[in-house]
Amino acid sequence: MIPALLRRLGQTLLVLFGVSVLVFAVFFATPGADPTARIAGRNASPQIMEKVRREYGFDRALPVQYATMMKKLFITRDLASYADRGELVVPQIEQAAPVTACLVCGAAFIWVSASIIMGTLAAAFRDTWVDRTLMLAGLVGISIPVFWLGQVTNLITQSRYHDTWLFSWVPGLGYVPFSEDPGGWFRALVIPWVVLAVMFIGIYSRVLRADLVALAGEDFMRTARAKGLSPTRVMLRHGLRTALVTFVSLFGLDFAQLVGGGALLTEVVFGLPGVGRLTYRALTNLDLPVIMATVMYSAIFVVVANAVVDMVYLLLDPRVRDAR
Amino acid sequence: MPADRMPLLDVRDLCVSVPGNGGMIPLVENVSFCVNEAEIVGLVGESGSGKSVTAMALMGLIDSPGVQVRGSARFRGQELVGMPAKALRTLRGRDIAMIFQDPMTAFTPVYTIGWQIDEQIRAHERLTRRAARARTVQLLAEMGVPDPARTAQRYPHQLSGGLRQRAMIAMALSCRPTLLIADEPTTALDVTVQAQILDLLRGLRHSHGSSVLLITHDMGVVAQTCSRTLVLYSGRMAESGPTTTLFARPAHPYTAALLDSIPPLYGSRPHRLPAIAGVPPTPRERPAGCAFGPRCAYVHATCLPAPPALAPIGAGQLAACVLPAEGTPLPPRTIAQGMQP
Ligand SMILES: Nc1ncnc2c1ncn2[C@@H]1O[C@H](COP(=O)(O)OP(=O)(O)OP(=O)(O)O)[C@@H](O)[C@H]1O
Ligand code: SF4
Ligand SMILES: [Mg+2]
Repeated sequence: MIPALLRRLGQTLLVLFGVSVLVFAVFFATPGADPTARIAGRNASPQIMEKVRREYGFDRALPVQYATMMKKLFITRDLASYADRGELVVPQIEQAAPVTACLVCGAAFIWVSASIIMGTLAAAFRDTWVDRTLMLAGLVGISIPVFWLGQVTNLITQSRYHDTWLFSWVPGLGYVPFSEDPGGWFRALVIPWVVLAVMFIGIYSRVLRADLVALAGEDFMRTARAKGLSPTRVMLRHGLRTALVTFVSLFGLDFAQLVGGGALLTEVVFGLPGVGRLTYRALTNLDLPVIMATVMYSAIFVVVANAVVDMVYLLLDPRVRDAR
Repeated sequence: MPADRMPLLDVRDLCVSVPGNGGMIPLVENVSFCVNEAEIVGLVGESGSGKSVTAMALMGLIDSPGVQVRGSARFRGQELVGMPAKALRTLRGRDIAMIFQDPMTAFTPVYTIGWQIDEQIRAHERLTRRAARARTVQLLAEMGVPDPARTAQRYPHQLSGGLRQRAMIAMALSCRPTLLIADEPTTALDVTVQAQILDLLRGLRHSHGSSVLLITHDMGVVAQTCSRTLVLYSGRMAESGPTTTLFARPAHPYTAALLDSIPPLYGSRPHRLPAIAGVPPTPRERPAGCAFGPRCAYVHATCLPAPPALAPIGAGQLAACVLPAEGTPLPPRTIAQGMQP
């Protein structure tokens, strides 16, 4: 157990180091990325430019600058943004993370439930109109860009039909913290949840159906039927349970990348101040400290989520458990 | 027919076909046989001869789209063909149980052996979890599984092939079925384990009063185990009769060829039947006449227009070959004989 944890920790550090060096190098290799001019302001005199450069340490060697930035990010935690009048970066992330987590968890709940129901139904009614309709719906879900879907829902619920009884409950764009107003929190998030979930429902239900259909030809499914079990039980307790092993590993990775900032488009469209939107703003401003912090955050999350997936995998599949 | 003389399973003209090539392709044609109480009947044939299809059709387990099952299969007088799914389901596992060829893949990998046996017991009988587990452990013990209580808590992949097949048989017997269909139960096992499992099956007649329909492609297994034998070739019956008669006086050249290919009693046993030159035709390309024609050393003009009908030879023996009727039956097998006359 301990060696496994240490190994995982070592891997994490290695990943973080690699990713941060890459971000750092790409940033300084980008033409026009020199932050001095932006911090000093337009039309700054050469003296001020020089002062800023010295103050921020842009005149030092790149490895030194890198080390300083890492120290400020992870140890003293007082890394300041290059834009926004030097706002501290770590608190920004701490504020944004819960918003993203709420968005992604809600969406994940929706997409997991919906895709399990759709995938199982489609497999149970394979080659009938039920199957074809569900899988077509899934395909449509996959093909709709989330950005477009978000814009259209906004158009409908915020302006065009906002005054009808159907959508008058929809609050304006933005986030309401759960601690302030649980009802408002729910109303603010429910549409983003669904919009974010749509594509994943499509992917997951199709993957699950394919898995279940493949499993239906397995010997153990035939054994289960020969035992005299009902078709529902065969499908759920034997088929679905076995298919969950793949399902969970797929889920872990998608979930992690979304929490790490991959829900960027949804956050931008719905004005949710989450990690994705923070990354988006930092990228448009070429604000290295924030980019660096969000990327690190996201990398940590992916690694942690991977570890969790591995553990769940062990719980779900006895064969893997023994292979360790 | 009085009830006490009624066979346990009486199959008449069972036909199974699936759609294909713009029509129906017959997989199994006009198979008839019966299994009496506490009897072991062998169903033999090369790979692809329709043994599994026959067994699965009896259990209602073929689920390919558009499959057609015709004929009749009476189990204790109840017609199985066309029985409503729900009624068939209560028979399955409780009165007719099945064990499969490959014990490696026949258990669901994510549950323990014990859980899976409990599940079958509880599907058919109102028992507490604890009572079901007690029966499971007892069954495993009867099947010669060492340390049955611990074995019940293990996952399929943690057991050897032989143990898994024993567990499979324990599961099949868990509701005391009157008929056990064993589809090549020993093919995937090595020779010593194979002998043990066959012993176990033979013992079931006395210990559980079960009849067994034993599917195999191994004539050696049939000789050791079955009182009567049914030989299938390419989905059609070639010959049937008491095993001793069949072995002494095979009436169909295919049966004779199978007997010639019994591997020596000593020495390693090949995994599949040693080749009779050529391969059996697939259901799609079955010839109009005798299906064995292309490989038969005795083939002649009368064999070709239509499949020869199954005709009685004597003493419960039936064969689908023109030779006996033409007055040129195969010689009895006093000495080992080759295919050539
Ligand atoms: N569902 C199906 N649809 C179409 N063809 C099938 C189907 N099931 C079996 N067949 C075909 O029917 C033939 C008989 O198959 P079957 O599985 O009964 O053979 P078998 O005698 O059990 O052989 P083996 O010794 O290999 O188990 C084979 O040619 C097979 O390809
Ligand atoms: S009917 Fe003809 S071809 Fe068929 S087995 Fe008999 S002799 Fe051979
Ligand atoms: Mg078979």
